[in-house]
Amino acid sequence: YVTVMAAADSWSWFPALALGVSLLKCLFINAYHSTDFEVHRNWLAITHSLPVSRWYHENSSAWTLDYPPLFAWLELGLARAAQHFDSNMLRVENLNYVSQNTLLFQRLSVVFTDLLFIYAARECCRCVQEPKGPRDVLSRPSFVLAVLLLWNFGLLIVDHIHFQYNGFMFGFLLLSVAKHLQHKHLQGALLFSVLLNLKHIYLYVAPAYGVYLLRSYCFTQDHSGGSVSWRSFRPLRLLALGSIVASVCALSFGPFIAMGQLPQVLSRLFPFKRGLCHAYWAPNAWALYNVLDKSLALLGVRLKLLEEAELPRASMTGGLVQEFQHSVLPSVTPSVTLVCTLLSILPALASIWRRPRGARGFLRCLLLCALGSFMFGWHVHEKAVLLAILPLSFLAVESREDAGIFLVLTTTGHYSLFPLLFTPAELPIKVFLMLMFTIYSFTALRKLHSGPVLRPLESAYLLGLGVVALACEAAFPLSPWRHKLPFLPLLATSVYCSVGVCYSFLRLYASLLRQEEKHKQL
Amino acid sequence: MHTCSLVSICVLLGLVVRWGVSLNSYSGAGKPPMFGDYEAQRHWQEVTYNLPPQEWYFNTTENDLNYWGLDYPPLTAYHSLICAYVANSINPEWVELHKSRGYESPMHKLFMRATVLVADLMIFIPAVVLYCLYLTDGSSKKKVSTLFCFLLYPGLILIDYGHFQYNGVSLGFTLWGVLALGLGWDALGSVAFCLALNYKQMELYHALPFFCYLLGKSVKLGLMGLFLLMRIASTVLVTFALCWLPFLSGSGYAMQVVRRIFPVARGLFEVQCLTSSLSFLWCA
Repeated sequence: YVTVMAAADSWSWFPALALGVSLLKCLFINAYHSTDFEVHRNWLAITHSLPVSRWYHENSSAWTLDYPPLFAWLELGLARAAQHFDSNMLRVENLNYVSQNTLLFQRLSVVFTDLLFIYAARECCRCVQEPKGPRDVLSRPSFVLAVLLLWNFGLLIVDHIHFQYNGFMFGFLLLSVAKHLQHKHLQGALLFSVLLNLKHIYLYVAPAYGVYLLRSYCFTQDHSGGSVSWRSFRPLRLLALGSIVASVCALSFGPFIAMGQLPQVLSRLFPFKRGLCHAYWAPNAWALYNVLDKSLALLGVRLKLLEEAELPRASMTGGLVQEFQHSVLPSVTPSVTLVCTLLSILPALASIWRRPRGARGFLRCLLLCALGSFMFGWHVHEKAVLLAILPLSFLAVESREDAGIFLVLTTTGHYSLFPLLFTPAELPIKVFLMLMFTIYSFTALRKLHSGPVLRPLESAYLLGLGVVALACEAAFPLSPWRHKLPFLPLLATSVYCSVGVCYSFLRLYASLLRQEEKHKQL
Repeated sequence: MHTCSLVSICVLLGLVVRWGVSLNSYSGAGKPPMFGDYEAQRHWQEVTYNLPPQEWYFNTTENDLNYWGLDYPPLTAYHSLICAYVANSINPEWVELHKSRGYESPMHKLFMRATVLVADLMIFIPAVVLYCLYLTDGSSKKKVSTLFCFLLYPGLILIDYGHFQYNGVSLGFTLWGVLALGLGWDALGSVAFCLALNYKQMELYHALPFFCYLLGKSVKLGLMGLFLLMRIASTVLVTFALCWLPFLSGSGYAMQVVRRIFPVARGLFEVQCLTSSLSFLWCA
């Protein structure tokens, strides 16, 4: 009976989910796309038409190559295929070139590269702890995780409407996490090194990898109390890890180091000239800081403590990103954000050094690094919240507490992505998709953990989010203030969501530290 | 999972797919002088908004029947009139008499697509949901699967949201009729089907089953059946009268409408008639 059940326990629903979402993605081919579309077309042109030595020097377009070299090689590979669709898109001088074939090719390339994400999602679903006993397919943790990953609202609208290749990158990240969960640490390290060389924003979570691999892979044994046994250090393993990372970086940066272009590449990769927040404030700690500063300034002017003429003029919400200063509170520089980020992730790193809790502890630490850097980073884009949402999906299907945090973070994070699609034609899509994903995540997690997952305060906050959404999308465009205060909906969205994101960050930290406490008592 | 949430997810997915299809091109886009079904619908809004009902089906100086003349029954015309009022409040250029011929713009496309979605949301989708929940057999999972397949049927989506038509309205009314008959509300079912018939004459394809079912039911009931038959007959007559009210006043109005919706003079194999009835058969 058991073997029959095991055989019947097929994964045939997975290809159905994957195919379904891929077909849905194809429907969005003619939807609005952002300037990121032109960015990638430009990079296709640069890598195809110019020699390697010119890649990081080319600047006839404003969208210069600012991803690491492996991504440039990927674009070169894509350009080879692009030739057959429309070779005109590969000419560097064809700025803003959008023919029907170009659109088709670019959109299909995102759908195609998402295959890696689909594979990674399947590997993650395989690693989920299933409770015992036969279960209806729809209530299995692996099924819920598959839907939460494959049909993730944020990924769908950022990748397939706004236009980016995040699915491909997250494929590497999730696959790497899955490999660690399966104790294949070297493969996980390799995948992460590749990821780092595809998009350097993942440097934010590199400390989690570093500490975890050092602690759990290079030191093979623990003392009975859980602390590290220094004598179990395996230098060979450290060497293996180091050589993997080094070889991948060499493959990626090698040609540029040989040509002496490393400083130029690095200056492209890390452009610190941009402002603390970009035009739309990502819902992080700095958004709250900005609002506090502005309110204090206004209060100061009202109470005659400050002169209005003395306040710096630079606008924080200006369209182009510029340096700006705060009026009342101290101004924030890139080094300050770096220090804050490091301070925010240090306790998590220390926690998994002292008490490693296997791959799941590592995942939690990774999550905290991602969220900490989102909260305190320099020039953070709201899309970066996906870096926290996707790994958290895995923890959410296994633990009720994480499910509650997931619902708050995901709903606020996804809603904060709404301003990315500001065209009227895409409004129904983003609303319907958001509702679909939200309804599914709430009901599925509730069913999975047999009972309510959210605390009353959290439910109230999320209902409030609905009110804010209605006000910003429906009521504000029809109100008399839309010309006087055009940035108000963005401001309101950003601030309200920051509260939710900060709350999730604190709760995640609390759960990590509480687990450590529990571990100590055992 | 709650049937309620599964149903809402199915409906939302159906709506996303419909709107996704709407983002693409419509029939006759950018093809003067005649354009396509999209322009026909826009033109009917123009005609119904600017002219009195008695002139809608007649060939006059203001109304050239050779350029997409109305050839659906009056309910379509009333629907176009309602849409025209909304269109006029947003941008009068969309329904300006004569001047708006061939009007195409992204905002107008958005408006027209929205009218299809609204009509579906009000008529077709509730009918489908209720039908799948109350008139299909099996477990709730089976009902939701039926609903899922129903809502994602590509033929209807492509024709209504791609090519551009309002088949969802007439099919929706028919489904309401089926639903009512299934729940035993014969008079209401007849009203619903009459509305469907008065929206698109193509629904005549479905008329025979309705007629035979109601007649058979009445015959089986004996004397009570006679009362039922009379009640149904009167509801049908009243519904038709209400729909055709503006055309019952003067002489020849009703006959002209009939001549337009059954163009026997043009030959039954005229291309338009064929394609629209084929598409309708496919949906049905």
